[in-house]
Order: sequence, then structure tokens, then C-alpha cells
Amino acid sequence: MTSPKFSRRAHLQQLALGAGLAATGLLPARLALAAQAENNPSEQRLVVVLLRGALDGLAAVPALGDPAWAALRGGAETPTALPLDSTFGMHPGLAHLHRWYQSKELAVVHAVASPYRERSHFDAQQQLESGGDRPFVLSTGWLARALQATQHSAVAMTPAMPLALRGADRANTWTPSRRPNKSQDTLDRIAAMYADDVPLASALAQAMAQQDKSMGAEPATGAGLTVLAKQAGAFLSAPRGPRVAWLEVGGWDTHSQQTARLGRLLPALDDALAGLRESLSVHWATTTVLVMTEFGRSAAMNGSQGTDHGTAGVAFVAGGQVAGGQVLTDWPGLGRHQLLDGRDLRPTRDIRSLIMPLVQRQFQLGTGAMSTVLPGAIQPLDNLWRV
Amino acid sequence: MQATHLASHRFGYSQPQLQALANDPRSWVLAQFERPDAFNTEGLVDSAKAWQISRDVVQAALNPSTPPNTNPSQDALGPMTPARQVLRQTNLHGLGKRWQHMTETTTPVAERWVQFWANHFCVAATKGTTLALVWPHEYEAIRPHAWGSYKALLRAAIVHPAMLLYLDNAQSIGPQSMAGRRRDRGLNENLARELLELHTLGVKAGYTQDDVTQTAKLLTGWTVGPNTAGAARFMDNLHQPGKKTILGNTYPEGPQALDLLLTDLARHPACADFMASKLCRHFVTDAPPAALVQAVAAEFRRTDGDLKAVAVALFSHDLAWQKDLPPKFKRPEECLISAHRLMQKKVINVENSAYWVQTMGQAMARAPSPQGWPDLSADWLSPDAVIKRIQWAERYGELYGKDIDARDLMQQAFGPNLGTGTAQTIARAESGAQALAFALASPELMRR
Repeated sequence: MTSPKFSRRAHLQQLALGAGLAATGLLPARLALAAQAENNPSEQRLVVVLLRGALDGLAAVPALGDPAWAALRGGAETPTALPLDSTFGMHPGLAHLHRWYQSKELAVVHAVASPYRERSHFDAQQQLESGGDRPFVLSTGWLARALQATQHSAVAMTPAMPLALRGADRANTWTPSRRPNKSQDTLDRIAAMYADDVPLASALAQAMAQQDKSMGAEPATGAGLTVLAKQAGAFLSAPRGPRVAWLEVGGWDTHSQQTARLGRLLPALDDALAGLRESLSVHWATTTVLVMTEFGRSAAMNGSQGTDHGTAGVAFVAGGQVAGGQVLTDWPGLGRHQLLDGRDLRPTRDIRSLIMPLVQRQFQLGTGAMSTVLPGAIQPLDNLWRV
Repeated sequence: MQATHLASHRFGYSQPQLQALANDPRSWVLAQFERPDAFNTEGLVDSAKAWQISRDVVQAALNPSTPPNTNPSQDALGPMTPARQVLRQTNLHGLGKRWQHMTETTTPVAERWVQFWANHFCVAATKGTTLALVWPHEYEAIRPHAWGSYKALLRAAIVHPAMLLYLDNAQSIGPQSMAGRRRDRGLNENLARELLELHTLGVKAGYTQDDVTQTAKLLTGWTVGPNTAGAARFMDNLHQPGKKTILGNTYPEGPQALDLLLTDLARHPACADFMASKLCRHFVTDAPPAALVQAVAAEFRRTDGDLKAVAVALFSHDLAWQKDLPPKFKRPEECLISAHRLMQKKVINVENSAYWVQTMGQAMARAPSPQGWPDLSADWLSPDAVIKRIQWAERYGELYGKDIDARDLMQQAFGPNLGTGTAQTIARAESGAQALAFALASPELMRR
């Protein structure tokens, strides 16, 4: 993969210079960051959470009212599921999400999938993050292309840049530090040492700018998704902070002993999202959170109390403006003849039709810019917004 | 870039004395595949023992009669039970021996070759059953076969307790097998899919869902558990009866089908192409020249996957020694090892160094997926990664900077390829600690 960074040399050197000067105190941080939007209470915020490994949508949001449900899942999830509507329930580990559903701040989108129809995690994640019609036709991410078309900046709470944010100038990564940099002098001299290595210089400049933005707030320590989610909320709440955040967590590839594993993973996700909301505080009103995964899992359990790779699954959209309290689905049914290839929940909605209204609200893009973010004829999902 | 630089840094783990390779860098690389340094397994547990250690940890966590925790140390995995103490010591010992070998070996390119295959056949301690099995998989299955036939390596990597557990084949049961007819258990297609997609053919080779299912049936019976005393074995009562047809070939019932299938997969044209492109991407550059990939693939096919011949084809090819290819960004563990090699210091505190490597984004023995650690610069070079590497460099500067002249270290290791910016930054450092921090954070050290 060739990097677009080499062609942006001048811009990046300016960026490095700005951050470096700000850090040395020669230029006030607020001037160096003047391009960042000023804080505005009505500013939109977007958080995307990717569950890597493929969440079983039928375990998270069981279709208890489907005639084929009992035969298919043997009632394993049935007794404790929290009620959503006459057809669907919610895994008991998602107690906060269930409360948000009841307070109409969370919508469930079911039988949703990207256009990908094979069953490789790695191709499916590439396609979901790039937003292409097929894996590897696009090498940058849909969030990155939206950022490039606007003045927004983003932070991924990961050590590596996720593909969704690759190709953006104003995309950052952040994880807790075991031990903060001791010496600003050392950092500044290293920034100068990187002058001839543009990707390194750019990465360091971004990281230093991020440190400026989180100044005043106590940076998070510890580990785990909740720590990262709370810190993401702090970054999104900061006056000149990023307005887009990315979180991700793996472990969802539950080929065996699924009930026990989801019994740990789903409450951890639920707790993290509650932490994010708590940390966003008043900004929850203008924040939208998308939780997505690369594909669903086989409708029937496999031979070792797990599920194998499937096709359609579930996504969640939550936030202060979301028309929550509904399961948005064109439910295909779980009967044998209704399943895709006789084994998977059949996709009836393209996940890009869900991503599109979130991108439109966050980035206010025109049709032309939108077509570079998500190419192809995609019909945005209606009825997603309350306000 | 000189050829010595490429031999030392692109193909190896960085040599402290660049001048020592000056005679004939290409022969220095190729000779390593004739006489690779042996890995000393003395004192390391075998996989059966590692299986038991993993099992003890899981049992202790599940067993409510475990004595109340008196040790205040507790982490994400729960209380520090005696079984977990054993696990921790076992894994630290395994990692320590491995890092000792990687920092001290005189055949670092051969060691990189081993690590490439260990990552290709990734297993991870991300499940209870594999907690202690990652390093045994490397020294039992990967190292002894890294210079032999690819098919033998493939078989050893697959039929090992670590892989059978990591990708769930240990619990995959033929629905019509004796065990399957008695119990409500059945197929698990995890290993079958990754065998085709990740280990042999690649995702674009054109196999179907039915090929995956048939492969899963063929693989039933290969298991590990209490009944096999932690060893990988074929258990007839788990095996799906009948013939299986995969990619147009038909395989008989029974354990002999595995070798027939693996031989066919190893000889599939897509396999040679997939291995060659991964090798060239890892050892040379993110987007390797097509002619180089084709030459390596051709040698793979010509020799029926003789890995030594494939290594020679790669490292003797002029395109692998092309000087102006975009360099790669080292993985965190590669950074750590090359730093220790350049400083000529042992990794003394293994746990602490492992923590640093994890902080830089690479949790040892816990690769995020069966695909292993990613291999493109873009997968590693991010703002957070750079900050964490600088924090590590600062810490190492404090630890080692008093006894090491960083100017000399960099001059010896990079010679005429040392950038003037780096040399000046180091020369103007305010202390030995800061000078070493600059050296370890330099583009020269981070890239290969």
C-alpha cells in the first residue's frame, strides 16, 4: 500500500512546526490550533465502536418471537432476555443499552450487513472500514475521507491507526501512557530529528497536538475498554478537542462456549458505553454512537456451543438525537428456507445506509463529497432521528 | 543504502558492527540458512505440560473452593492464584529464552525467518486453553521445520495442541461420528476456514463454503484433551465417516486424509503465490516488486515448498537488495530486539520489557487475531505508537545511557547511512541518557 503521506510534505511540515512551536511555548497552543473549530454547544459528535471478530447479532438481540427461534437456538438466551418489542429481546448483559432503548435514546438495526458476502473476518473488516463495494477496492477509510472533506479531527483510542481513519491528516491515536514523556525538550528535539521522515514527523506532530488538547484534563490510566471510552468522552468534550472518536474491541469470534464468553464481553461493552455517556455529560445530547461489527454469525449453534462465521447481524445507534426505542429491521425470518445459504441470517439492509445519515449529520457534506465518502447508490436509512 | 545496511537492518535484527559484514553481506545472509544457530530448549516445558498448566489456571478460576486470595495483586484475569503464578513463570521463562536467542544469535536473518513463520501460523494466549502454549508451539512446531518442507511445517503447525485449541478443532466432532451420534455436538469450522484462508491458499483462491465445511469434516478427530494427556492425537470416535471432496479432490475417511489434503494445499498454485507475496512484503518492502514475488513463488513451486531453497531464492535476488525501496516500520518487538543487539545488553527484566512492547502496541503471545501481527508500516506507524516508542526510548536512555556512547553506537551500526540530522541531534544531547533516547527513537532504529 503506498502512503498518501509522501505527497503532503509541505502541509505536514507546517503541522509539525506548529505543534513543535506550541509545545516549546514560542506560539500559544490556541493559535497553533486555530484551525480547530471553537467549542460550540450545538456541535455534533460522532463515536464509532467496531466489534472485531463478528458479534453474534442473534445472541445480542434474540428474535424471541420468530417461529423458528426455539428450534434454532434451543431457548438458550430466551429466559433472561430483556424485552424490546413483540419479536425481539436484548441480552441481559446490555442493561444500560436496554435502559437507553426504553428512554428512546437507542435504536437497534437488525439483519444488517455490509455488501460483503464471504466469511473472512479480514476482508469483511477491510470492506466495512473502507466503505467499498468489495474488499480492498479502497485503501482509505470512510471516516478518513469525511474528515478530509471537512475541518473535523478525530481520535482513535487504539495504538495503531484503524483503516477507517487512514488517509486523514487530522486523525490521531491515543492510549494511556504508562509513564508520560518526562522532557518536553527531548520531544521537541526528536520532532526536529524527524524532519526528513515525513510519516514519523506527521505522527509525532499529531500526538503532540493531542497532548495539547487534553491539557488540563487528567489523562486516563489503567486498561480496558471503559477507560478508553471515558477518555474518548473527555477528548470529545474538550473545547478544541476532536469531534469524532473511534473505539474498538476484539474477542467476538465465539466459535465455542459462546454463552460464557458473551456473558463477559457484552457487559464490558455495556459498561464502556455507559462510561462514555457519563464522561460526555451534557454533550451526550449532541453525540451519536454507532456500534457495528463485520458480519453476523451462523443462525444455528455449531457443534461446540458456539457459532461460525455468518452474514447479517445487528448494529446499535445511540445518542441524544436518535429516534430510539425501535428495532429498525425488514426482518427476513429464521426459517430454514429464509436463511441465506440455509445457515445465516439473511441481510435485508446495507450497513452503509445506516452509516450515511450519521456521516451527513456529523459532517454536513454535499452530494459530491458524500459520494467520495461512501461511493455507490446507497439509500440512507429513514426514521433515524428524533430531532 | 549500502548492501551491508540492508543485510543488517532490512533482513536481520540490526548488527552492532556494520563493518563486520563489509566483506560480503550477501554471503553473510545466505550462510545463515546453511548453519542457523540452534535454539536451546533446556528447561522449557513441553506442550503436554503447558496444556496442563493452562488447564490448572482455568480450573482454579472455575473452582469456588480455591482458597481466598491473600495476595493483593489482581489484574484483568482475576486473582493471582498459585496456578497463575506457575503460568506467569512458565511464560516469562519461555519469552526470556526466546529473547535471549533473538538478541544473541549470530544468525539473525534465520531467526527473522523463524519469526515470520511463527506469525504466519499464529496462535495466541487469548483463550484459557492456550494460555501457556504459544511459546511451545514456536519451539516445538515452527523452529524444527522452518528450513524443511513447507508441508511438514504446515502439518506440525496445525497438528499441535496450541493450534487445535486456538482454532477450536479440539472440540469439533463429526456429526455422524460415534461421539457425535451419542451427544448433541458437532462441527466447528474455525480451523478449516483459517487453514484455507490464512495458512495455505489465501482468501482469493476460490474455495467455497462447502469446501470449508468438507475440510472441517476431514479435520474432525484431530484433538487434544484429558483423553490424550495434553498431546495432539487422532481420535477415531470423533471423526466424521465417509469421503470428503475439497476443491474437486476426494479424500478418504480416516487420519491419512490430513496428509493428503495438506500435500494438495501445499502444491496448489495459489499457495506458492500467497507465501511468496507474504515473505517479500515482510522481508523487503510493503509493496514488493512483482518480479521478486514471482521468482520466489516459482522456486516454491519448483522445489515443492523447500523452505531453505525459497529463502535462498529470496535473499539472493537482486530485487531484494534494491536500495531505494521504501523502508518498513519495525514492529515493537523488532525495535526492542534491535535495541538490545545494538547496545549489546541482555534483556534482564523480561516482564518489564514485555510491558513496554505491549505499551507500544504488541502484547507478547496475544496477537489480536489468527491472522497474526499485521505487516504493513501503516498498521504500526500512528501518533500514539510514536509517542509510546519515544517514552520507551527515554526510559531505556535512563537505564542504559550512562554506560553507552550513543554517538559511537550509531556510527558503528549505521556508518555512512546515519542521517546527519540524527547524528547532530545525538551529538548535541544534554546527557548520555538523552543521547541514547535519541538513538533509540531515531528513524534509523525504527525503520528497516
